Amino acid sequence: MQASEPNIASKLDVSARWPCVAFLVSGIFWLLIGSAFAFISSYKLHSPEFLGSIPWLTFGRVRTAHLNSVIYGFSSMAGIGTLLWLVTRLSRAPLQGVGGLLISAILWNLGVTVGIYLILTGRMQGLEWLEFPPPIWIIFGIAFLFVVWSSLRTFRLRASQYTYVSQWYLFGATLWFPPLYMIANLPIYSGVPQAAMNWWYAHNVLGIWFTPIGLAAAYYFIPKIIGRPIYSYYLSLLGFWSLALFYNWNGSHHLVGGPIPAWLMTASITASVMMAIPVTTVAINHHMTTKGHFHMLRVSPTLRFVVFGAMSYTAVSLQGSTQALRSVARITHFTQHTIAHSHMGMYAFFAMTLFGTIYYILPRVTMVPWPSARAIRWHFWLTGIGIAIYVISLTTGGFIQGFALDNPKKPFIESVTALIPYFWMRTVAAVLMTLGHIIFAVSIYRVLRHFVTTYPSIKGKSA
Amino acid sequence: MNRAIILFLGVLATFISALFGINLIPKLQIDTVRPEGTLLPYGYSELAARGRKIYIREGCLYCHTQQVRPKQDGSDIPRGLGMRQTAVDDYVHDNPIVLGTSRTGPDLMNIGIRQPSDEWHLLHLYNPRIVSQGSVMPSFPWLFKEQVTAADTGVPLKIPDKFMPKNKRPIIPTDEALALVEYLKSLKRDYKVKGVP
Ligand code: HEC
Repeated sequence: MQASEPNIASKLDVSARWPCVAFLVSGIFWLLIGSAFAFISSYKLHSPEFLGSIPWLTFGRVRTAHLNSVIYGFSSMAGIGTLLWLVTRLSRAPLQGVGGLLISAILWNLGVTVGIYLILTGRMQGLEWLEFPPPIWIIFGIAFLFVVWSSLRTFRLRASQYTYVSQWYLFGATLWFPPLYMIANLPIYSGVPQAAMNWWYAHNVLGIWFTPIGLAAAYYFIPKIIGRPIYSYYLSLLGFWSLALFYNWNGSHHLVGGPIPAWLMTASITASVMMAIPVTTVAINHHMTTKGHFHMLRVSPTLRFVVFGAMSYTAVSLQGSTQALRSVARITHFTQHTIAHSHMGMYAFFAMTLFGTIYYILPRVTMVPWPSARAIRWHFWLTGIGIAIYVISLTTGGFIQGFALDNPKKPFIESVTALIPYFWMRTVAAVLMTLGHIIFAVSIYRVLRHFVTTYPSIKGKSA
Repeated sequence: MNRAIILFLGVLATFISALFGINLIPKLQIDTVRPEGTLLPYGYSELAARGRKIYIREGCLYCHTQQVRPKQDGSDIPRGLGMRQTAVDDYVHDNPIVLGTSRTGPDLMNIGIRQPSDEWHLLHLYNPRIVSQGSVMPSFPWLFKEQVTAADTGVPLKIPDKFMPKNKRPIIPTDEALALVEYLKSLKRDYKVKGVP
């Protein structure tokens, strides 16, 4: 550990111990569940008769169960665990409201469990990313209040008035997500305005909830592990405020060509193109910080995962900016290209970043080292190669599908049969990524087992 | 001014600008277009409305869109997905709206015009590969049942031998299958909308 004051750091880590363990480990549990749903959905797309007579595993339900378990289960819970730990470390104040956070973790797990059950039994809402029916959002709402309270209380107790860029992002995420989620669930929408709301919401979950947490982590870990300050304060400032301004407005690019007012489409396309500003500033800032220290990637697993994530963030965002252009959307809209894009964001960027942060946080809060460096390497390469195959195959397949659809002389079914090989490649990718997750989960299990047996003696020391 | 307050205000302002910009203002603008009368310009019968719920329950919307794009955004119209692009009026009774984002299967906004046959739809839902070789659409056998007793009324599907269940009992649609087909047949936007070419 390179903290300048190891004692303070470890005291802080201890204050965040139980909430971090609860949220991070729950997140990994949902990652495994989500991977199983992912595999089934993927397999069904080339072999539709696979598990074909089980209503609750029909494609439409199981892919939705996959999405919701990885978004609200894995990404949100592991994201909150990361957020809490970063807030604590950066404020240099012990984490506040630990009891509430534990209740929050229980509620959050309850919400996801019931939600997934309702989806599989056919009671989903019919709005993408908002499939959980009303009782769930009340549970999440309460659960999130505890997180907001703890995060802001801890931030208020911060040791220095000077705030670091990661703190801005965390502050944003904490305040943005609750109203976003609450407003999206208000029963005041129907017809086309509901679609506008739907994509305002769904895009912002990525843009102003996951992305700020991911960037906060990248901004923390890259300089921390390399051991030198972030390249430019002004670029950080520009990156943060331009993200806050433009990302918020992106959502309607999902409706290009749809029945929405033209000005709305133009506004979102413009904002999507403007995203190039925050993205390149962050990329330059991170690159210049890492420059000359790339050899560190070999020694620090956290750095390896986080840098993979940060580079994917640049790639996925620039791709998103082009994809929003009407001439490109004409081909890629409605195709597998979109699925590749969303996985590049949610997985290659966010999930990989979370893996890196968990490799850093968990041994510090449990005071148990990772049992096997080999397992970490396998995890990295299986998931890294897996997501690469995923993105490359569906990006290519999506283009082929898109050109087939755009040619009115081609019968529709040709766009389907052309995709089959790419669907198979996706299943291969899903298997590789799932293996990586299992290896990761085994490492975590071993840490926890060790933690439980040594806990009584640690407790004595840290008290 | 305190940095934390600047941060707070900025975070709030950016969020609210977009909340109004791409959510509430479009809502206010569009909501006024709602036509008078409850079943204009299109409507769902009670049976079709029930079918629509099944459409959502089975997740059809993850593979099918319900929107026709104008010529400059894609070849939907040359392909025959509709006579005109869809507009706000075409969705006024839809809650939730199921525009969809994926065309793993074809757009269904006008499937009622393209495919009016009950028999075709029922066979297709029972097993899409009966009528469409190479389809990756799931089968929905739970929307059907075997005809065992005289109480099981209904017209048996004409299923080719290859696709029959092993016991060779006749297969009849449940009420759910009939409702879903009624919904699919009701999907037609064949009227004119003001201001849409
Ligand atoms: C895995 C994706 C998938 C799901 C889920 C799905 N479909 Fe399909 N659907 C397809 C594909 C691919 C085709 C084109 C091949 C064919 O006709 O089967 C199709 C075709 C159709 C057609 C014929 C369209 C035409 O223009 O001829 C109808 C009608 C249809 N689906 C209805 C449904 C309904 C209703 C559901 C839900 C109960 C559903 N689909 C679920 C993929 C899907």
